Amino acid sequence: MTESISPPAVEMRGIVKRFGPVIANNHVDFTLEQGEIHALLGENGAGKTTLMRILYGLYHPDAGEIRIKGQPVVIHSPKDAIAHGIGMVTQHFALAAPLTVAENVVLGYTDGFRLDLPAASQKVLDAARRFGIEVDPNARVKDLSVGQRQRVEILKALYRQADVLILDEPTAVLTPQEVEQLFEGLRRMQSQGLSVVFISHKLHEVMAITDRVTVLRQGEVIGTVRTQETTPAELARMMVGRPTFGVSKPDTSPRDDVLLRLEKVAALDSRGLPAVKDVTLHVRAGEILGLAGVSGNGQRELAQVLEGVRRCTGGYIVANGHDITNAGPRKVMAAGVGRIPEDRHESVVLDLTVAQNMALEHLDAYTRGGVLDKKRMRAHAEQLIEAYQIKARPDDPIRTLSGGNMQKVILARVLERNPSVIIVAQPTRGLDVGATEYVHQKLVEQRERGAAILLISEDLDEILTLSDRVAVMYEGEIMGIVPPDVDLETLGLLMSGVRIANEPENTEAA
Amino acid sequence: MEQAVWLTFLVGVLAATLRVATPLVWASIGEVYTERSGVLNLGIEGIMFLGAFVGFAAAAKASQAGLPGYLWIGLGAAVLAGVIMALLMGLLSVTLGVNQHVSGLGITLLSIALSMFGFRLVFGESKVLPSIEPFGQIAIFGNIPILGPVLNQYLLTYVAFLVLVPLAWWMLYRSSFGLSLRAVGENPEAADAAGVNVYRIRYLALIIGGAFMAIGGAFLSLAQLGAFSPGIIAGRGWVSIALVIFARWDPVRAMWGALLFGAVSALQLRLQTLGFQLPYEAFLALPYLITIFALAIAGRNAPYPGAYLKPYRRE
Repeated sequence: MTESISPPAVEMRGIVKRFGPVIANNHVDFTLEQGEIHALLGENGAGKTTLMRILYGLYHPDAGEIRIKGQPVVIHSPKDAIAHGIGMVTQHFALAAPLTVAENVVLGYTDGFRLDLPAASQKVLDAARRFGIEVDPNARVKDLSVGQRQRVEILKALYRQADVLILDEPTAVLTPQEVEQLFEGLRRMQSQGLSVVFISHKLHEVMAITDRVTVLRQGEVIGTVRTQETTPAELARMMVGRPTFGVSKPDTSPRDDVLLRLEKVAALDSRGLPAVKDVTLHVRAGEILGLAGVSGNGQRELAQVLEGVRRCTGGYIVANGHDITNAGPRKVMAAGVGRIPEDRHESVVLDLTVAQNMALEHLDAYTRGGVLDKKRMRAHAEQLIEAYQIKARPDDPIRTLSGGNMQKVILARVLERNPSVIIVAQPTRGLDVGATEYVHQKLVEQRERGAAILLISEDLDEILTLSDRVAVMYEGEIMGIVPPDVDLETLGLLMSGVRIANEPENTEAA
Repeated sequence: MEQAVWLTFLVGVLAATLRVATPLVWASIGEVYTERSGVLNLGIEGIMFLGAFVGFAAAAKASQAGLPGYLWIGLGAAVLAGVIMALLMGLLSVTLGVNQHVSGLGITLLSIALSMFGFRLVFGESKVLPSIEPFGQIAIFGNIPILGPVLNQYLLTYVAFLVLVPLAWWMLYRSSFGLSLRAVGENPEAADAAGVNVYRIRYLALIIGGAFMAIGGAFLSLAQLGAFSPGIIAGRGWVSIALVIFARWDPVRAMWGALLFGAVSALQLRLQTLGFQLPYEAFLALPYLITIFALAIAGRNAPYPGAYLKPYRRE
């Protein structure tokens, strides 16, 4: 790479940002050269997003200085940032769903009172062509896929003449093919002189697309390195502060008995539209069956059906020999099914204490003559806190716990009953590396114990590491079941709805 | 002969339909503006009431002073009062983030109480209700049979149907202000990130809405009745709230809804005179019952604005 003599696109010096007692950014320095793709790498909570939200005017720094192309600037709001040529695509897309693509793109960037929609559509189309982004300007955003919505977000920034583009974990919601398309688009933007900040915690993507990497840990810069001169292992060490071990799955094979049987299960989503269509899955004792798929393809609804909180409109479910079709949560639990739902905050009662939450699913066991036996609840909680290394006291309100500790409480509550079937959804979303490893370790232990585990996750790495078999869901249907050593391309095709020749579930399980 | 009776009946119903619908069109278009920005303004009933009172009181005083344009002075005063209440609603629900149900009902209670108090102050306890010479109907169609009696209406009726509704549609879907308004009501975070000032848009929507609601109320006292009484609004604000949901927040559909309500109201008035053996209260309730039914059917999967009832705060 040739060194540019022009001033850096962005220079941030000594940035400090506190949220109450927490320091999210502690004297962070960050330099983005013109025309480079620069990764901000770090774990959840390392301060990557905070730093970029400061640059985009969404947060105001407590200290520090920002220069754009050498000029010191103060950025009060996204409007200022846009005026300085900075665009940001956040994880939660800032789009108004009932509006069209063109309307969303020109919003807040119109000239004159009259809105010339045909002209706006044409301009949007021109911008899209220039950067090789395919999108229909007249489509309504609510009808677009997540990947397409992301393109609209990028287009929004480009339409506003951004020459610095910030992408916050852009690949988290994409299929491998969509990731490749995104990368092609980024290279094209780079070739036209744009600078890109790529926020991520995925090492292989950072290695694939970026020129330089700045690693953040606990709000501080650990270092900035050239991508060509580093390795994934070095980046991981910088990111975590210690070597990572990963979780290894013992080489035992599942037993023959099917503990969880779904036959042609169907369900509707909250809008009353079909979300799960004829899903047939058999999970055997000692097996982790991973359910992969892009967010919003019916995984959530399927999990809810299995947890007994959503009506099953077709087919049947047998767990452990009990028919649990539309049986309700109580009977589902009685059938030996342990449930670790997707949203931690919905599976605990935030205002209750740790001990109360731990007893919640089996209050009968802690009741004497209609009165709760607080001593036993407490003793039980102390025992689980010890066994699962939870950093909390029995009487702490559960809302004060970190995500990792809250997830441990839920794990403890479910696993202490040795469920023969476990339904677990997005178990490590938002957790740091340590907590993630812990959760994975526990799931592997349960597999060894002989539980049948259905693991629903949008984290492909998690699915591929833990699963014995991987089922891929697309628009409510199972596209195929593949071994975990499948190549990423096949997996990506399945995730985008391309069915491949695959023996049906019942012959495989027979 | 029989034919002539029915024709008279029909002409009467049609003329009354337009008249009854007029204040509802003004108020519901006002409410469409505010709700599209994500704010439910339950102050509508009170603002209409206040508009009717302030308009009447100002016009009566100006008339006493011998000013020629006293009705227009009244209308201007009503708009001002509506805007002031809208600003108060904005302070509570937009700036301070108070629950919109609470602040809206508070505005309604306050507006009605202020009006009643003001009425005592201005007019004392006279035994005869004060009255003024109201806006007259404009005889555009003169004495032409059928057309004349039906379409010779008040200026505010013409403005409502021929200017207010098309303009509201154009503003909403064809102006950059309308795009910002819809975006703010659907996803204020997105609008903010795009550089739209969410608070400014919500205040503007409330102000426009408050002005229109007040005009809707003032139409009753300054045009239709030429007087003011405590029962003058009689739930028309609440009906407008229902119309907006029925209309799925679309100005043109709101107009059709207002016409439907107007038609049923006009019909029940005349049905009362036909001598059915029913208490008259049953007829009076008819338009409201129809509103409830229409709402139950059309409002079931109503596409509420995404940020409906939610105060906006940057994280």
